[in-house]
Formats: sequence, C-alpha cells, structure tokens
Amino acid sequence: MALLSFQNVSKTYNNVTKALQDVTFSIEEGEFVSIIGPSGAGKSTLLRCINRLVDASQGEIFFDGQNVTSSKKKELREIRTKTAMIFQHYNLVDRLSVVENVLHGRLGQKSTLNGAAGHYTEEEKQEAFRIIQEMGLEEQAYKRCDELSGGQKQRVGIARAIMQHPKLILCDEPIASLDPKSSKVIMDHLKSINQTKNITCLVNLHQVDVAMKYSERIIGVTAGKIVYDGPTSGLTKEIIHEIYQSSDHDLIMDVQG
Amino acid sequence: MQTTMDIFKKRKLTYTLVFLAFIAIFAGASVVAEFNPVDGISSFPAAIQWIAANLIPDAGAMERFPKILSELLETALLSVAVTVVAAVLAFFFSLLGSNITKINGLLKRAVRIVAAFFRNVPDVVWAMLLMFSFGQNILTGFFALFFTTFGLLTRAFIETIDEVSSNCVEALDATGANFIQKVFQGIIPSSLPGITTWVLYMIETNIRSSTLIGILTATGIGYLFDLYYKRLDFASASLVVLSIVVLVLVIETVSNKIRKVIL
Amino acid sequence: MINETVAVATRPLSGEKSSAAVNLERFVNRSRNGKIKIGARNKSQLAVKLLVLVLLSITVVAFVTFDYQGIDFGQAVTDTLHNIKTVFLEPELSRDTVGGVLYQLLVTFCLGTLSTLIGAVLAFFCSLLCARNIAHPVCVNIVKSVVAVARAVPTVLWVLIFAVSAGLGSVAAVAGLTFHSFAYLTKAYAESIEEMDHGVIEALKANGASYWQIVCQAILPSTITSMVAWTFMRFEINFANAVAMGAAAGAGGIGFNLFMAGSFYFDLHEMGLLTYIVVIAVVILEMISTKIKAKVK
Repeated sequence: MALLSFQNVSKTYNNVTKALQDVTFSIEEGEFVSIIGPSGAGKSTLLRCINRLVDASQGEIFFDGQNVTSSKKKELREIRTKTAMIFQHYNLVDRLSVVENVLHGRLGQKSTLNGAAGHYTEEEKQEAFRIIQEMGLEEQAYKRCDELSGGQKQRVGIARAIMQHPKLILCDEPIASLDPKSSKVIMDHLKSINQTKNITCLVNLHQVDVAMKYSERIIGVTAGKIVYDGPTSGLTKEIIHEIYQSSDHDLIMDVQG
Repeated sequence: MQTTMDIFKKRKLTYTLVFLAFIAIFAGASVVAEFNPVDGISSFPAAIQWIAANLIPDAGAMERFPKILSELLETALLSVAVTVVAAVLAFFFSLLGSNITKINGLLKRAVRIVAAFFRNVPDVVWAMLLMFSFGQNILTGFFALFFTTFGLLTRAFIETIDEVSSNCVEALDATGANFIQKVFQGIIPSSLPGITTWVLYMIETNIRSSTLIGILTATGIGYLFDLYYKRLDFASASLVVLSIVVLVLVIETVSNKIRKVIL
Repeated sequence: MINETVAVATRPLSGEKSSAAVNLERFVNRSRNGKIKIGARNKSQLAVKLLVLVLLSITVVAFVTFDYQGIDFGQAVTDTLHNIKTVFLEPELSRDTVGGVLYQLLVTFCLGTLSTLIGAVLAFFCSLLCARNIAHPVCVNIVKSVVAVARAVPTVLWVLIFAVSAGLGSVAAVAGLTFHSFAYLTKAYAESIEEMDHGVIEALKANGASYWQIVCQAILPSTITSMVAWTFMRFEINFANAVAMGAAAGAGGIGFNLFMAGSFYFDLHEMGLLTYIVVIAVVILEMISTKIKAKVK
C-alpha cells in the first residue's frame, strides 16, 4: 500500500478560487518527489492538505493507512507528528535558541504541560544536539534564531523536521528565499536524509533544473490540475512548457539551451 | 522639460491648497470653540512666568513634601497594579480575538467589540460612574483605569500576535503541537517584545491618567494638586507637578533601558 | 566556497562515531546537575524573567498596602453593576437637546483639531532641531530633554497651569492640549526624520542645496507619510483628551456636559447617552484615520 495517496481531491477557497481540481496520485515509501509548477498553481495548497493546515473541500487523502480528511483531533495530531514540514520562510520562533526550535519537533509527542513548559528529556536533548551536528550548526546551538543566516535557519528547519522522526517530509519551496550556494546545501541535506534515513520527501520547487537534478519523479501542476506525473527522464521540453503554459524561449532554461 | 515644470506647478498648487485648507479649518474651529488665537499666544508667556515663579518650592511646600511623596508612591503602585492585572486578562482575551489563535469567528468578533467598547468609553465616564458606588476610594481609580487599559491592551496584543507569530504558529501546527503548547512555545516568545513595550508604555500613561482621574474623584495625587491649586498654594502645586515629572521620566528611562535589553 | 559545500555533503550523517560525540560535547552547555541547557545564551531571557518578577511583586505590594477604607466590596460591585446597567442600557436625554449635545460634540472636535494643528506645526519646526541626523548634537540633547519634561506633565495639569493666567475655558484647554501634543509629536516626527535614508540629504548637500531646500525637497517628501499617520493618531488622542478636559477642568465641549450629568445632576441616564455619542464619534474617527493611514501608505 502506498504511503500517501490523493483520491480526487479538490480545494476551493471562498467558493470561488479553485486551488486544486480533482487531484489523484500516490507516493510510495522512500520516494523523493518534486512538485513543479508556476506560482499560484496550487502547489502549496496541495502540500498543506496532507497535514490539514488546509482542509480539502472534496476527495480523500490517505496517509500511512489513515484517512487524513476524516481524521478527528487526536488522530490528526498523530498524523502531523508523522509528517514534518519545511517552509519557504523557515517559520522558526526567532527569539528562541536553535536547540529549542529543534526540540519543537517533539511537541506533538509530548504531554501538554511538558511541551508548554519546554521540559524535554535528556535523551531528546542529546538527540537534538546530534541532529544539529549533522546539520553543521553545533557552534550556533545556543544562538537565537534571529542571529542566523537564511541558509542556517533552513537547516534548523530541517533539524526540527528530523527531530519528529517523520515518515514523510513536506517541503514548501525550501530554497526559494536562498542564494544558490545555500540552496545546494539544503537540497543535499534533503537528499541525504531521504537516502540514509529512508524518509519520503515531497518537495515543492520553483526551479525545474533543481527538481530534475534531485528527484526521480516529478509531478507537474498547473491551475490546480496535475498535468504530468512520471519519472524525471520523461520530462520533455514540451511538457515543461505545458506546465508553465509558456511558449518557446519564454523560460530561462530555453536560453541556457 | 515642459512636464517637469507642470509637476512643480502642480505641487506648488497642492501645497497652496493644503495650506489654505488648514487656515480655513483653523479659523472655523476657532470660531466654534470660541478660541481667541491672540489670547492663546499671550497665555504662553504667562504660563512660563507662572512656572518660573513657582518652580523652586518654598518652605511651606517642602513641609508638604512627605505627604506628596506618599501619594506619588501610591500612584506609581496603582499604575503598575492596574497595568499588570489588565495585561494578564488582556492576554487571554487577545488569544481569543487574534486571527491566528481564535477558537471561532463569532467569539473573535465578540472579543474585538468588547475591547473596542472598553477602549472607547472615556475613563472619566468610568471614574464618575464608579464614584457613585465606590466613593472616594482607591478602587474607583483602579477600576476606572483598569477598564480603559484592558481595552487598549487587548487590541494592542491582538495586533502584536497577528503581526508576529503567524509563521511560527503554522510550523508548530505542522509538528502536531496543541493549543497550549503553541501559546507557550510560539506566541509568547515571539510576541514578548511587543507585549513588554506596550505594558511599559501603559504604566507610564496610567500615571498621567491617574492624575486626571484623581482630580475628578478627589483621590490620590490628582486630588492633592487640585487642593493646593484651589487654595492658590501654587508653590506646593508646582511641587506636585515636579514630582510627577520626575516619576514619569524615571519610568521612561527605565523602560527604555529594559526595552533595549529585551529586543 | 567549494570547500564548505563539500564538507557539508560528506559530513557523517549518522553521527554515531564516538569522536564526533566527544567533539559535540564541547558545544553542549550543562547545568550543575548535568542536565543539558537549551535556552539561548542571551541577556534578554533573564531580563524578561526579572521584569515579570518585579512587576508582579509590585502588584502584590500595591494590593496589600492600598487603603481600602473598609469598603463593602460586594455591595460596591453590586451597585456598580446596577449603575452600569442604568448608564448603558437606559440612556436618555432629559436636560439637553439633541442639537445642543451635537453642537457640544462639535466644540470638542474643534478643540481637538485646534490643538492638533498648532501642535503639529510647532512640532515640525522643533523636530528639525532635534533629529540627530540633521541637527547639532548639543541642540538635539537640549531640545529632546525639554520636550521629554513637557511630555511628562499630564495634559490636565497643563490645562490648569494655563488656566491660572487665561482662566478656565477654551483658551486654556487648547493651550494645554497643544502643549502635550507638541511634545508628543516632536518626538514622533524627530524619530521619522532619523529613520530617513541618509543618502537623500547627503545628495542634496552635495548639490549645494540650502537648509530650507533640503527640508522642503528631501525631508518633507520622504517623511510626510509617517508624519501624517502620527498626526492622525494624535488627533484621536486629542479628541479623547478634549472630552476629559471638559470633564476634569471645565474646558467646555461635550466633556463638560458629561461632568454636569455625572457629578452635578447625578443623571446616569443622560450620562449614558452622552457616553454613547462620544463612543460613536471616536469609533468614526478611528475608522477615518485607519482609512487615511492606509491611503497614505
């Protein structure tokens, strides 16, 4: 059985804007899948339907054998602990330390009181430090997050995600606010998490070339509909133009050849 | 070249029109309020003369200094107590009224309307209303200040929370954190600078407001000023003003120091 | 640049090696009982805790030392609730006419307008003298101190000080309200000017522009939006203050009607209606000023 499956999912905002229309696909455990498409195509909505930061209007989503769309509070919390998320704007609590932000990954599994008071076990703290080291941030561990650079912040975001022990990591434009060098670092980290820890990754990307370089499978979304779903090798120029609804020479990659 | 000239001409015309409009508003308002600008201007030197004449307290005023100090201390304690109690309540209410943490839309609306009501009913109304039931009691001033402070802080906190914490709350949501955890791990840390700034500002404001309410309800430092003022004991009255100024300046300086460390 | 990328990519991601663990321990802070600390190494956390502690203890001290004069609290609260009901649920006009009250509202409005206008003009010139990026440091310090003292005096005391020479009435009210808005706006305007991009002034100076040319062509255009926003905010405050001055210092306007209804005739019904009129006026002002601020931005 697939780890994640969308069955005819649609999302309409305010009964007018159609963000997703009849989306159906499934993802197997261990895959690294990129979702590409123009801005406003519904990529973010698609990702947020999986952990119910956005509620789908129609259709059903199954994750790890559980029905996401019909899940109640407690079940939803469990699903959210199994799906971590990485954001374009990092979404860290800027005034807390790097360690504290990483430990936030445990909140879903902790009791209300311990979580609220920030009481974590020594094992959890040790693990947080190990992950911080993997991300190469050990020297920044006690710094406040507002002192970090964009690339460092996103590494904290990844560390927080790993701290959750997720089965699936959802990445919403993880490198859209970063310079090329930091982007590469972040994508390398995601790739290696996918390979060494066997965590499934679903990544929204703006850059087609990055998507083609890092993922085996690509889903192309335009105007809320899936227009391509297949291996990276099958992604031809024509399909890319269809996804971005552009003609020849409109895209930067055309110029690059 | 022609167009740039036009722009300059246009700007000059706008400035002239705005200037004339201000003059017209000023004249109209002066007529309605029966304000005579000449009297207004001439009152300035007179006021400065008054200040200069009474700035240095005489022996009689110094005799009253201990009494003034004790009232001043009470005013300071009152301002802090009012602000702290109002801030704690306002924080809970602002969680219900914020777009990020609201429980439902209806409750959010209700909270915002209640806050607007308390904010906009003048504190003098509260003071007079409470005079009937609490009399010349410190609690009259306490509650009069409390209602307005509560309304103001609720709105301020709602704005702070909405502005500062939407991103990090989304992330905590995604980790599966529950409401209480989101509040303590996300909202409080990220909105703390804003909240502190507002609380410190309100303490300072409340010292000034409590003077006004004191005059109206015959309590505290405001009453003391009114008493000396009506007895024409201007030296003592000016000592009261002086001590309020010192208190406010001290609080302002301390607040600025604290804000610098916290931000 | 290349080196760092490679280093990150080849870092052992399992992180289980003992040498790595020893290495990591260097970066871990532990408390005396060996527990790992997680808070940021920062003064701010401590300062916040201290501040909360101090404020809470002051509050406790305040409640303990207040002289309650043995008031019957339960009775007072019951009476208050009853009065609140009378004021807000049974508003009624008995002494004044609707037209008369609305005229007094207009008077209050005009008091607020006058004091904001005069205060704003004075504050603009004064702020030129105390903005750090355009004025002499000595001048800045002197003006800022004077303004800080003027701001520390409560508005009502300014009104009463002016009333010594001008007598109670609109002149004292406008002068008093003006003084405080002037002090407030000077600080706000000066901060707006200080936030300005320094390059603009420098460029004009390099062109050989005169002082007033710089003021009119650089400072005014680039700070006008925030100044307008501050001025409208002050106008809202001045309107509320004008109501209060009418009540507490007999300065005229609807505040005086409120005072007469509340403290002279003890007519809670009339007080209620007057309050509603003030509240509606304030809410309308707030809406207008929000619109204008949004437009200016």
